[in-house]
Amino acid sequence: MNLFADAIAWLLDPAHYGGSNGIEVRTVEHLWISLVSLVIAAAIAIPAGFLIGHTGRGKGIAVLVSGGVRALPTLGLISILGLTIGIGVGAPIISFVVLAIPSILAGAYAGFEAVDRRTIDAARASGMTEWQIVSRVELPLGLPLLMGGIRSATLQIIATATLAAYISGGGLGSFIFLGLRTNDYSQMLAGSILVIVLAIVFEGVFAVLQRLVVPAGVRAGQRKDVRSGSPRSRAAAA
Amino acid sequence: MNWVLNNLPLIGERTLDHLAIAVPAIIASFVLSVPIGWAANRYRWSRGGVLAFSGLLYAIPSLPLFLALPAIIGTGLRDPLNVVIGLTLYGMALMVRATADALASVDSHVEQSATAMGFSDWSRFWKVELPLAGPVLLAGIRVVSVSTVSLTTVGAVLGIKSLGLFFTDGLQRNIPGEIYTGIVLTILIAVVFDGLLVLAGRLLMPWRHAVAPKTSGATARAERVVTT
Repeated sequence: MNLFADAIAWLLDPAHYGGSNGIEVRTVEHLWISLVSLVIAAAIAIPAGFLIGHTGRGKGIAVLVSGGVRALPTLGLISILGLTIGIGVGAPIISFVVLAIPSILAGAYAGFEAVDRRTIDAARASGMTEWQIVSRVELPLGLPLLMGGIRSATLQIIATATLAAYISGGGLGSFIFLGLRTNDYSQMLAGSILVIVLAIVFEGVFAVLQRLVVPAGVRAGQRKDVRSGSPRSRAAAA
Repeated sequence: MNWVLNNLPLIGERTLDHLAIAVPAIIASFVLSVPIGWAANRYRWSRGGVLAFSGLLYAIPSLPLFLALPAIIGTGLRDPLNVVIGLTLYGMALMVRATADALASVDSHVEQSATAMGFSDWSRFWKVELPLAGPVLLAGIRVVSVSTVSLTTVGAVLGIKSLGLFFTDGLQRNIPGEIYTGIVLTILIAVVFDGLLVLAGRLLMPWRHAVAPKTSGATARAERVVTT
């Protein structure tokens, strides 16, 4: 436990705040890298997922891509991108985008798919245009699952953003890699604690957020239905 | 390509190092998760706590976990055991939830019939519940296997031997071929493991095809649960 005491002492040392390598600067950097990666990944994956979910086409490819990317080691991707486009923040961000796309994509199309086929038929029968069906029916009903996808993508990015420092991209990983180079275990452990706390805080925030986005009508009635299987395929089979 | 031909013995050695970390972690996470998942399913009051804890565990980033473990269990900083234990914990974070869901997916009428037929609790678990939970368990362990094989490379940052060392070394010495070799081999191992798990599933659960349409919903749900 002495090691932890040293790490805590390191965290409380005022010398480690302020300046370009201060804890607060690195934290903001970490969050910034994560946010940029997440926004880019979402901008690609959400429309693609909605398209797959709405039309029901291309699911096979999406599943294949998701599985393939999961096997792709992020460290390897960062390394090769670091060699190709150079040291800095660019290579990590591209890697994190690649890392985050499968979760968001899966959440987006699973959310659309989970909407009861009959609800969509009812919306169409009551005169909604295709766009209205997407924006007013499928989107709100699929939001909890989409949010689940964004949640796991965010956590993955925040966790992996530690590796940005591996090619001088900054973030909280900087303390870990600096500690490794200088054999300073207190600094490594302190950096680790910072990342772990940040990840757990976000896990908590998203747990609350995911509850909030469930439409009131869904929460009251068919909550179980939204989360389970695929009523669309079941309805088609019946 | 030249790099590969000149370093075949090293590639073999690193592949074995990689397997020596990934295989025990995958097996340990499965073996340890089954009783915990069973308890979470059997004793409803423990379910929420167990699942919340495993979710929290999964939120902990891998590299910081590998770094923090020596301070907790007293291993050396560059001991491969840290990675094995860290990855086992990760695997469990996914697998405990998958096991609880898998056992919950077993039809309660079937369980009651088994009891009525005279199965003891012990033999009912091994002969009825576990086999019927098999497809969802398989879906869970496949996800664990892929992510474990991939995350094993992260240990290389600490100098722990695995295919990941090809990434750190290739970056330092500017050899793209070395990095590509590491990436391709890691994906290859993940694909081979996945194939072996599917094969094992076919051999152990020959009835699965007959009921495939019925179980596919639960399997898909397990896959979604562990990915989201």
